[in-house]
Amino acid sequence: MPMIWWLRKLIQSPTGLIGFIIILTVIFSSVFAPFIVPFDPNQADRPNRLRPPGTPGHIFGTDQQGRDLFSRVLFGSRISIFVGLVTVIIAGTIGTVVGLFSGYFGHWLDSVIMRLVDVWLSFPFILLALIINAILGMGLRNVVITLIITGWVIFARLVRGEVLALKNRDYILAAKALGQSELKIIFFHILPNVFTPIIIISSLQISQIIIAEATISFLGFGVQPPTAAWGNMLSDGRNFLFNAWWMATFPGLALAFTALGLNLFGDWLRDTLDPKITK
Amino acid sequence: MQRYLIKRIFQMLIVVFLALTAVFFMQFLAGDPVILLLPMDATYEEIAEMRQRLGFEDSIFVQYFRFVSRALRGDFGQSLRHPQTAVQLVFSRIPATLELALIAVVVSLLVAIPIGVLSAAFRGSWFDQIAIVITVFGQAVPGFWLGIMLILFFAVTLEWLPTGGRGELNNLILPIITLTAFYAARFARMTRSTVLDVLNTDYIRTARAKGLTERRILYKHALRNASISIITLLGLQLGQLLGGAVVTETVFYWPGLGRLLVQSLLNRDFPVVFTGVFFIAVVHASLNLVVDLVYLLVDPRISYD
Repeated sequence: MPMIWWLRKLIQSPTGLIGFIIILTVIFSSVFAPFIVPFDPNQADRPNRLRPPGTPGHIFGTDQQGRDLFSRVLFGSRISIFVGLVTVIIAGTIGTVVGLFSGYFGHWLDSVIMRLVDVWLSFPFILLALIINAILGMGLRNVVITLIITGWVIFARLVRGEVLALKNRDYILAAKALGQSELKIIFFHILPNVFTPIIIISSLQISQIIIAEATISFLGFGVQPPTAAWGNMLSDGRNFLFNAWWMATFPGLALAFTALGLNLFGDWLRDTLDPKITK
Repeated sequence: MQRYLIKRIFQMLIVVFLALTAVFFMQFLAGDPVILLLPMDATYEEIAEMRQRLGFEDSIFVQYFRFVSRALRGDFGQSLRHPQTAVQLVFSRIPATLELALIAVVVSLLVAIPIGVLSAAFRGSWFDQIAIVITVFGQAVPGFWLGIMLILFFAVTLEWLPTGGRGELNNLILPIITLTAFYAARFARMTRSTVLDVLNTDYIRTARAKGLTERRILYKHALRNASISIITLLGLQLGQLLGGAVVTETVFYWPGLGRLLVQSLLNRDFPVVFTGVFFIAVVHASLNLVVDLVYLLVDPRISYD
């Protein structure tokens, strides 16, 4: 489908367009953060601590160490976007491969993998993530690993379901009759046909992952201060609720804004790519 | 029916057993807690002696077997930070969590189902548009941030409600709103899409052709069929609701299981963490079984023989 077709579809949908613009804004500000921000996000400025929004030079105010909140929020978007993208790409790839094999070969392999998925899904997502993070240790890299370990199952289950519906289609049977290898059938004939649901679920999963990272960091695990991440900024903000409302407000707004954009765009993508699904 | 029930219970036991195994490996990977149990200046010999005494020197199979046989007797060990056993500690926190979770589910359903049904029935109307916008927002706003904002507005600025804690009715209001916002949004979307799917089916068209009123079609035919998906989602969500409680309880200092687990994780009190996690997995598996059985009551087309 040509680019122009996509653009026309996008303009026809106000919510999809809003989502797309939000995502572009967040990506733009995260990529160009070092050029936009007025201050070093980690530069403490004690005399100017807890200044309210609108203070000259500090549009969002400053935090308990006098650091510029606007700069920190902007730099925080880098962590969120990085974690969201990297996690979904790796977890999506692992889940897809597992789902393809599980669905295609079936039998004991499928039973074993699906029981594993059941067990995984019987723990609340966020709790499992907290435990794995506590075992692995804190820090950005370990948050990504944690979210990959918890996130792949969604993809595996989705892809497996799609493969089950596809594997007895005539064109697959024809490919088998022609003597093509199993691997070739899986990756050249089945995989291209499960791409659409993978893309749709990925776009919706990114916002889940970003919120999960913020939640983990908020609870004291994950990305640690002084690195500016929305989750640990909110954790700081909560401790200063009585004297600095802005510290908890702006990072959260940025987080909700990003999640909203991703969800709107994901919904639009689903409606556009898969007309069978009604909203 | 009976055979199905036995099969399902058996499957549930397998999942519970696998969950127990997963918990064991998590515990194994988390390392032994000997360092935490001994004073900072413990000698190497003291550490080795303690490890020996607690059985951390045994092979992984021996440790696993011991773990399972103790777990079957309900013994998950001693809390490393509190005088109680892990099981006592976890069970003492369950009432608070159940109170929060159950009220949140009931309120969510009361809010979500009418919104979802009306949205579907009047698809494209202003009511539907507003409902869609609200539910999209409800899903995008992270629960813990909503909680903080509610505290900021109702507790800090207006001073109408307490910032946290448990005991009075006042304490319940903000945590319930926080949990409800997210779940009601999800339930409402689900209800809307399910009812829309049902309204497009042939038998609804037939019912219309027969001249039944829209109200009768909606309540007698559409809602009954949509209820299956709603029950499934509800069953799946109840487990996740306990996950939502982890965050909400922490934000509102609610003395439930979720907050206990977060504190225990931060304190590296792993026996308590794993007992709590195992309990949640069992609850989740049981709920799935109940959901399957409720299907039978709701939908006569489904038979498990």
